[in-house]
Amino acid sequence: MIEVKNLTKSFGDHLIWEDVTFDISDGETLAIIGKSGCGKSVFLKHLNALLYPDSGKIYIDGKDLFNLTYAELRLMRQNFGILFQGGALFDSINTFENIAFPLRYFTNKNEEEIRAEVDEALELVNLKGIGEKGTSELSGGMRKRVGLARAIILKPQYLLYDEPTSGLDPKTSEEINELIVHMADKLDITSIVITHDMHSVLSIAEKVAFLDEQKLSWYGTVQEMKESEHPPLVDFITASEYQI
Amino acid sequence: MDAVKQFGQYALLMYQGLRSFTEFSTYRKNLFSEFVKIGYESIPIIILTGVFTGAVLTLQTAYQLDTDLYPVTIVGSIVGQSIIIELAAVIGGLVLAGKVGARISTELGTMRVSEQIDALESMGFNSVTFLVVPRVLAGVFMFPVLYIIAATMGVIGGLIAGQLDGILPAAEFMQGARSFFYPEDVVFGIVKSFVFGFVITSISSFKGYYAFGGAEGVGNATTQATVLSCIYVLLSDFALAALLL
Repeated sequence: MIEVKNLTKSFGDHLIWEDVTFDISDGETLAIIGKSGCGKSVFLKHLNALLYPDSGKIYIDGKDLFNLTYAELRLMRQNFGILFQGGALFDSINTFENIAFPLRYFTNKNEEEIRAEVDEALELVNLKGIGEKGTSELSGGMRKRVGLARAIILKPQYLLYDEPTSGLDPKTSEEINELIVHMADKLDITSIVITHDMHSVLSIAEKVAFLDEQKLSWYGTVQEMKESEHPPLVDFITASEYQI
Repeated sequence: MDAVKQFGQYALLMYQGLRSFTEFSTYRKNLFSEFVKIGYESIPIIILTGVFTGAVLTLQTAYQLDTDLYPVTIVGSIVGQSIIIELAAVIGGLVLAGKVGARISTELGTMRVSEQIDALESMGFNSVTFLVVPRVLAGVFMFPVLYIIAATMGVIGGLIAGQLDGILPAAEFMQGARSFFYPEDVVFGIVKSFVFGFVITSISSFKGYYAFGGAEGVGNATTQATVLSCIYVLLSDFALAALLL
């Protein structure tokens, strides 16, 4: 379980958001939505302590994330997988090695076991047989899927997605959405998805957090969102030209 | 104020690297790869630099001492000692600030802005151990080796230029070079190149590691890394000369 308590973040004099509080239960899929530049990605990086807040706490399974030693934090991070916006694949190694990377350093698996696990992960993201391709040969959608395969290779408890469908065509976006649902079901993972794509939200999320005006403006289930009359949320949904 | 903040960040990065120095298994593979990139792949440019520095120095020294007041072997003495004490290390260092420093800062800067460093950290890696430590270690080990190559090639370059230009025969050049050869000068050159190796790789790693702002940010980081590396090579050269000579 992830508990976010009174989180506040600013860069210099610029306040990003303040006093953000909510919980994410195990196995849930939460979508964090909001306008571009409202600090969604910044928030995601706090969940993995890649960034630290000005004040507030995040508890992961009861442990205070920002009070862990660096050694404890590194262990904690192995419970998380992150799909970065551009995939963040290591361009000095090929697709196979990108996915095998955490296995080589954090497990004692032999080459045969590593190959089997990477092949299984590639199959899971519908990219069987592309292991030998260089990362520069991959399309945007393929990069995200390879990033996803790498994110799940250590079988994390939590999976964080940063704009998983941005820059993709509607068909590929739909495939990525299906993958996110599939991952949550098959691997029983708690997922947090940063997005401004309302189609994605309705396809994948169970709960929604709406960041607006430097605070958590609205929080609830997808059904509650559909029925909500909260003006900023309604404006955001209307502006996204998505008919609920 | 910004300079103080940057120095603090740099010192912290080096401290983090020092603390994780013992995690050899994490950076072993990268260390050997950096030995090749920093050391082996720099040999051609270092040979070229050494040969031409020695050759030009020989021609200029002969031109300036074109008088019967000195024996002709003095050219070999001046060239040999200048190369060993100063030029092989400093000119080699400045060339490597461009070649090695620019590569390191661009590589790490690109990894930073494309979130590859965040990806490493998010998996549970210590990115400083993984990326910075092997680059700095390879620098401090390989620069002295490159210095020895540059110094040797500098003397050979001077010898060839003297012979080809008819200024002095090779035997007399070597006689002059040998008569003022002191092993402690070589040690001094090695110490300098060791320091330059640290200065160039650590500054470039620092600039690349904290790059921000997309392609332009990486460009800025690389420019700053190269310029600062050159400045600190010259400053540390002066400091070492004042301390050790």
